[in-house]
Amino acid sequence: MKIDLFVTCLNDALFPKTGQATVALLERLGHEVRFNAAQTCCGQMHLNTGYRADALGLVRKFVRDFRDAEVIVLPSGSCAAMLRELAPDAAHWEGDETLRSEVQALSGRIFELSEFLVRKLGVEDVGAAYPHRVTYHPTCHAMRSLRVGDAPLRLLRHVRGLTLLELPHADECCGFGGTFSVKNPDVSTAMLADKARHILETGAEACTAGDNSCLMHIGGGLHRLRSGARTVHLAEILASTPERVWA
Amino acid sequence: MSGLHPEQSFPQAAKAEVNNPQLRANLRKVTTTIREKRLKAVGELPHWEELRVLGAATKDEALANLSDRLLELESSVRARGGHVHWARDAAEARELVAQIARGHGVTELIKVKSITSDEIELNAALDAHGIHAIETDLAELIVQLSRDTPSHILVPAIHRNRAEIQALFNRELGDPEHLSDEPAVLAGAARRYLRQKFLTTRMAVSGANFAVADTGTVCVVESEGNGRMCLTLPEVLVSVMGIEKVLATWEDVSVFMELLPRSSTAERMNPYTSFWSGVTPGDGPQEFHLILLDNGRTDVLADEVGRQTLRCIRCSACLNVCPVYERAGGHAYGSVYPGPIGAVLTPQLLHMQDKNANTLPGASSLCGACFDACPVRIDIPQVLIYLRGEVNAGKGTTLESVAMGAMRYAMSEGWRFEGAVKLARTGQGPLVHDGQITALPGLLGGWTQSRDLNPFPPQSFREWWKKREPGGES
Ligand code: SF4
Repeated sequence: MKIDLFVTCLNDALFPKTGQATVALLERLGHEVRFNAAQTCCGQMHLNTGYRADALGLVRKFVRDFRDAEVIVLPSGSCAAMLRELAPDAAHWEGDETLRSEVQALSGRIFELSEFLVRKLGVEDVGAAYPHRVTYHPTCHAMRSLRVGDAPLRLLRHVRGLTLLELPHADECCGFGGTFSVKNPDVSTAMLADKARHILETGAEACTAGDNSCLMHIGGGLHRLRSGARTVHLAEILASTPERVWA
Repeated sequence: MSGLHPEQSFPQAAKAEVNNPQLRANLRKVTTTIREKRLKAVGELPHWEELRVLGAATKDEALANLSDRLLELESSVRARGGHVHWARDAAEARELVAQIARGHGVTELIKVKSITSDEIELNAALDAHGIHAIETDLAELIVQLSRDTPSHILVPAIHRNRAEIQALFNRELGDPEHLSDEPAVLAGAARRYLRQKFLTTRMAVSGANFAVADTGTVCVVESEGNGRMCLTLPEVLVSVMGIEKVLATWEDVSVFMELLPRSSTAERMNPYTSFWSGVTPGDGPQEFHLILLDNGRTDVLADEVGRQTLRCIRCSACLNVCPVYERAGGHAYGSVYPGPIGAVLTPQLLHMQDKNANTLPGASSLCGACFDACPVRIDIPQVLIYLRGEVNAGKGTTLESVAMGAMRYAMSEGWRFEGAVKLARTGQGPLVHDGQITALPGLLGGWTQSRDLNPFPPQSFREWWKKREPGGES
């Protein structure tokens, strides 16, 4: 399959390894990965912070860049949720019905990585090996907007050597919420403290998820606590093999 | 806090509350318990999702025909001997209640727990007229006796523990014996106090959970039975009702009798559900007034996105699942409507004009737990995002809007974004210590309050891809 990678701005700039791992993984599964270098951002941060016109400018650009894609895969649940669930609404609020239908027309081709593997490709064993104790945090957008369900867990259960530890109160938000964490630092910090405590309770070496934004926040907290536990994007675990460790 | 108007911005108010470990422990305990109970109660109904859809549709239908429904309600209530009044805002509603009380020469009245009456700050207004309003719901009574304000829709005293209540009752209820902290002893003291009030007070004020337009029936749903005493014993009953509470028929009510108890108290059936239609000679209050309160609601209704907020049946499920409410507590929202529903309802009722209330749409991580829990499927995260846009639209140019605009510009072309990332990589130099950023400047300072940040890596994804393309290195 020809897969267009929408790497997302955050991964592009701050977590290139996640993008590289996604490419390695999809190619290992026999697919052709394309990267349109014109791409930038889905507009989620702008929309969620209340800058609708800016956000829609970016959605328009996304539609332009990916109009001809067969499938678009994102190593990010929240950006996928933005494009599939929120962008059409926001276009409607601004009275841009053309954009609304354009982005809606694309939405059936937009996939978060784990749902793409499990639901679209029907693969659960991607041939990964990662001999570590790992716990999984289901990020809110993947869980509640995209309803990826147990797709990430199915993938993780097939990773050789990986011990999957159940995260207590897994479905509680980690407190990131984009600019929420900057504008409401006290509440966000309180939420992060609980999430970090639950992660550490599992005794995991690493916490994984499908979104580097949440992981950046959780990982930043774990690092500040000097806890030794770290965060790893799901793509990097799934790309890892005995020959090449990504995470 | 009073009525709808928060005295502080949410981040300011939350700061004090979040750092109160006792409050956080209380809230965590109560919300986790009720969360699990709700999931169980809801899981028992195989058709829960269909019920939610039906609940939403029923409310939407009533709202779409609101003026007709209200006029129908008015004539049905009148036909059954009740009086109907229309109140544009809080002041008009308060004045109406005071007038009725004065007309009957009462100086004391009893109240059924009602958030709408809190919204219009009724008790304080009546006090100014020399009329004392006594709350009869146990938790509301606790809040009233301690000169506090409610912090939860359903459990107004959720932030108080048993020892505090013991001290309060010993002080305020003037009981001859010293009360122990046994729940039964405390409840008994409240019961003795309230009984005497029920039997001697001539006027009562209630809210309404629902009203049925075609029969003129008003409904109150409660779990202690105090409400029923107020609704049946006094001579005069005044109900203050938000105009969004009207439904077309009895059948519509039945949908909510399934949705409401399971969502709010995780019960299969509600203990005390009272219905009354106008007045019945020789039975119950002989004078009945219904006050239909707008107070900003028609403007909410006029907004295509915001209007779903008016579906709310005040079950409080969204509060109990909200991670922000759990940490900050109800008082941080500064309004009688706390939690996720408050974050969308309060600023809208104030026409997006209140500086502090306008920080409420920001009081959410957009995790979506509230939408999943809401029995009438109010897409609270969607409304929050929409309202954030409305707030910004009223602000003009700010430091934040300039920063957002600059970012948008950088992201308008792939090559521009690449350049911006390179620039940031060079610029971050002074901030990086031992491979981490531990303190960010300006608007971003909140981030490093509790988190470290990985700096920009030496190569972005697109730079890597560019080098890879011809040969395909990976
Ligand atoms: S918004 Fe929904 S969940 Fe929240 S109180 Fe209203 S009806 Fe209940």
